Amino acid sequence: MGLTNDSTGRKAADIGLRIKKNSPKDRIIAVAGNPNVGKSTLFNGLTGMNQHTGNWPGKTVTNAQGYCRFGDTTYILVDIPGTYSLMAHSAEEEVARDFICFGDPDAVIVVCDATCLERNLNLVLQTIEITDRVVLCVNLMDEAEKKKIRIDLSALSERLGIPVVGTTARKKKTLSSLMTALDTLFSAEERQKPAKIDYGQPTEGAIAIIEEAVESFLEGQKGRFSLSPRWVALKLLDRDPTLTDALSGYLEADILRDPAIAAALDRARACLAAGGMTEEGLRDRIVSALVLTAQNICRDVLSFDRPDYNERDRKIDKILTGRLTGFPIMLALLAGIFWLTIIGANYPSALLSDLFFWLEEILSDVLGYLSAPVWLHDLLIFGVLRVLGWVVSVMLPPIAIFFPLFTLLEDLGYLPRVAFNLDRYFKKCAACGKQALTMCMGFGCNAAGIIGCRIIDSPRERLIAILTNNFVPCNGRFPTLIAILAMFFAGMSSGLFESVLLAVLLLCIILIGVGMTFAISKLLSKTILKGVPSSFTLELPPYRKPQIGKIVIRSIFDRTLFVLGRAIIAAIPAGLIIWLATNITAGGATLLSHASGFLDPFGRLLGMDGVILLAFILGMPANEIVVPIIIMTYMASGTLTEMDSLLDLKQLLLDNGWTSVTAMCTMLFSLMHWPCTTTCLTIKKETQSWKWTALSFLLPTVTGIVICLVFANVARIFL
Amino acid sequence: MNPVKSLHDLKQGESGCVRALLSTGSMRRRLQDIGLIEGTRVKCLQKSPAGDPTAYLIRGAVIALRSEDAENVLIAHS
Repeated sequence: MGLTNDSTGRKAADIGLRIKKNSPKDRIIAVAGNPNVGKSTLFNGLTGMNQHTGNWPGKTVTNAQGYCRFGDTTYILVDIPGTYSLMAHSAEEEVARDFICFGDPDAVIVVCDATCLERNLNLVLQTIEITDRVVLCVNLMDEAEKKKIRIDLSALSERLGIPVVGTTARKKKTLSSLMTALDTLFSAEERQKPAKIDYGQPTEGAIAIIEEAVESFLEGQKGRFSLSPRWVALKLLDRDPTLTDALSGYLEADILRDPAIAAALDRARACLAAGGMTEEGLRDRIVSALVLTAQNICRDVLSFDRPDYNERDRKIDKILTGRLTGFPIMLALLAGIFWLTIIGANYPSALLSDLFFWLEEILSDVLGYLSAPVWLHDLLIFGVLRVLGWVVSVMLPPIAIFFPLFTLLEDLGYLPRVAFNLDRYFKKCAACGKQALTMCMGFGCNAAGIIGCRIIDSPRERLIAILTNNFVPCNGRFPTLIAILAMFFAGMSSGLFESVLLAVLLLCIILIGVGMTFAISKLLSKTILKGVPSSFTLELPPYRKPQIGKIVIRSIFDRTLFVLGRAIIAAIPAGLIIWLATNITAGGATLLSHASGFLDPFGRLLGMDGVILLAFILGMPANEIVVPIIIMTYMASGTLTEMDSLLDLKQLLLDNGWTSVTAMCTMLFSLMHWPCTTTCLTIKKETQSWKWTALSFLLPTVTGIVICLVFANVARIFL
Repeated sequence: MNPVKSLHDLKQGESGCVRALLSTGSMRRRLQDIGLIEGTRVKCLQKSPAGDPTAYLIRGAVIALRSEDAENVLIAHS
C-alpha cells in the first residue's frame, strides 16, 4: 500500500468530465473561481433550480451542471471546484484544472471576489494562460461598495484583454450582463487575445523554442482541446508531472515522447542554462510573475477610500478565534444548533407522525376493500409504510432544520475558522487542519465528506481524513442518536431543561466521535501512514452576510428531498426482506429469529442484542433505516402495538430488554461502525484501492466493537 | 538595516517585508502561490487559540500558516 499517486487516488477521475450536449449549438461554460466568492449563488442564479447534483455544505465537490437559456442558445454551466490556484497542489485543484483543460468547455467564467481582487487575480491569470475564451465576473460588487473599494472594471478588462463584468449574484438582474458578455464573446469574429504574462528572458526565449513544436503536436491530435500552446510549453519547461500525465492520458499520446518536442525541450533547456536560469529559479520566476502581474494590475484599477476596510472582520476574528473565546464559542455554536434542531423538530415530527398513522389507516381500509391478500397488506403496512413513517417523521425534521443552520455557518465563513482553531491538534496527530472542514461535511453525508477530502494537499493526510471521516455521524445517524438520548437519558417532555440537556448530551456523543477521529488519525500516523505533518496554508475568507432564503430553499431541495428519496428506495427492499424473514420458517423458527439468534450472543457481548446487530447489518444501504428495522423486528416477534410516539417506542424497547446500557451501546455502535454502502463505494472511487476501502470499513467497526465491549462489561460490573 | 528574522518572529500587529523563502519543492511553490515573493509586505494578525497556526495578512487576503512554515519565510522587519 505505497503512497503512490495511484493508490491515494490523486487521479480521482471525475464523473462528467465529458459533458453531453443536447444539440450541437449548445455551449459548455465552466464556472471557476476561488472558494466562498458566491460562485454557487451565481451558478444557481443563472440556472435556476435545474441543478443535477446537490452538494453539501454548499461546497462544490464535484462538477455539478445546470442549464441556462439566453437568446437562442442553451448554455450548459459546469460548476467546477472552487480553488485559489490551478497549479495542482491538491486533488481538487487538479479536478478544476483538468476540466478547464480537457473538459472542452466553450468558455470559462472566472468568478472573483471584488473585496479581495488581488488574491483572486492569481486564478484569473492562470486561466487566461490556458485558454483565450474567458469572461471575468467580479462578484460581490455590493460588498466592495460597502467597504469603499472602487474597481475600474473597464481598465481591468483592458489590462487582462478579456470581458469583465461586475455582478452582485444575489441580485439576479446583474447576471444578465454576464450572459450578454458571453453572447458577445461567441458572436465576435475574431478570438480575443488575453494579456500575456511576461516571464522575462531567458524564459520567454525558451518558451518560444518549444511553442511551435507543441502547436503542431496539438494540431495532430484528434482531441479538440483549445489549449494554449504557450501554456503547454511553459508547463513542459516547468516539468509539471501532473499536467504531462493528464495531457498524455487525455490525448492518448505521450507528449514527452514526441521527437520534435523532445528536441525542442533540449534546446530550450540549453537556452535557459545559457541564460543562467536554474530549475528552481525558473519555478520561482513562473509563480512570482503571476503575483507581480496581479499586483501591477491592481495598483492601476483599484482604489481604497477606506484603508481599514477589513477592520470589522478582524474584530470578529478576535472573538471567534480568540485565545479565551475561540473554543467556548465553537462548542456553544454546535450545541446551539443541536438545540434549535431538537426544539424545531418536535412539532413537525408529531404532525408527520400523525399523518402517517392516518395514512396507515386509510391504506389499510383501501386494501381491505380491495380484498388484498393478507401478506400484501402486512408487507405494505408493517414493512414499507412504517419504515417510511419513521424515517419521515423522526429523521426528516431534524435534517431539514440542521442543514440550513449549518449551511448558515458555512455561508458566514465560519468553517475555515474552525479549521484554524483546531489545526494545532491535527498537527499533533500529523494530520491536516483542513480535515476539520471535511468532518463538517461529514455531518451532512460521509460520502460528501470523503469527496471533500480532495482539498487536502498531502496524499497521506488526505487518506487519514478519508479513513476517519465515518467517526462523524452523518444525517442518517444523528436523528437516531437524538431519539435514543431523548428516550433513555434526557426525558421526552419538550421542556426547556430537557431540550438543553438533550443538546448537551448529543454534543458529548459527537465529541466522542471527534476524539476518536484524533485518536485514530494519530494511530494511523504512527503506523501504516507514517509521516510528519506536511506544510499547510489555510485561507480565512472575508465574512459574508448569508442569504437565508436561498439557504432554506437549497437545503430543502438538495438535502431533504434527497434523504427522503433515499429513504423510500431503501425502505421498500428493507420492508420486504424483514417481512419475508419473519414469515418464512425453517426448522420451526423464522429466518429472522435464526439470524438474530445467531447474532445474539455476540450482540449481548457488546451490550446490545442480535436484533440490533442485525439491524445495523441490514441498514448498510442507508443508516436511516436501522431503527425502523429494530422496531419492525421487535414488533414482528411480539404483540403488535400502536406506534405513534416515542413513549410507545420506549415501551417496546423496554419490553425487549433494553436498559440504559443497551441504549448507550447502540449509540456508540451507531457512531462507530462500518460506513454505509454509498460511503464505501465513494472511498473506493477516491482511493482507487480496495485495500484502503477495506481498512476504512474495518477501522470504525473494530473501534466500535472494542468500545462497546469494554463499556458494556465495565457497566455490568458497576450497575 | 534591520536584522533578518522569520515570519514566525513577528508579533501580533507587526509587519515585515519578505526577503527570501527557505522552503523548497511544493511548499515553496505554495507559499509563492499565495503571494509570498520577495518584497511582499506581510502583517501578523493573530495566533489561533491553541497557539498555532498564525493568521497573516498577505496581499489583502488572510492566510494561516503553521509555525514550521512561517519559520521558512525570511523577512526584514519594518
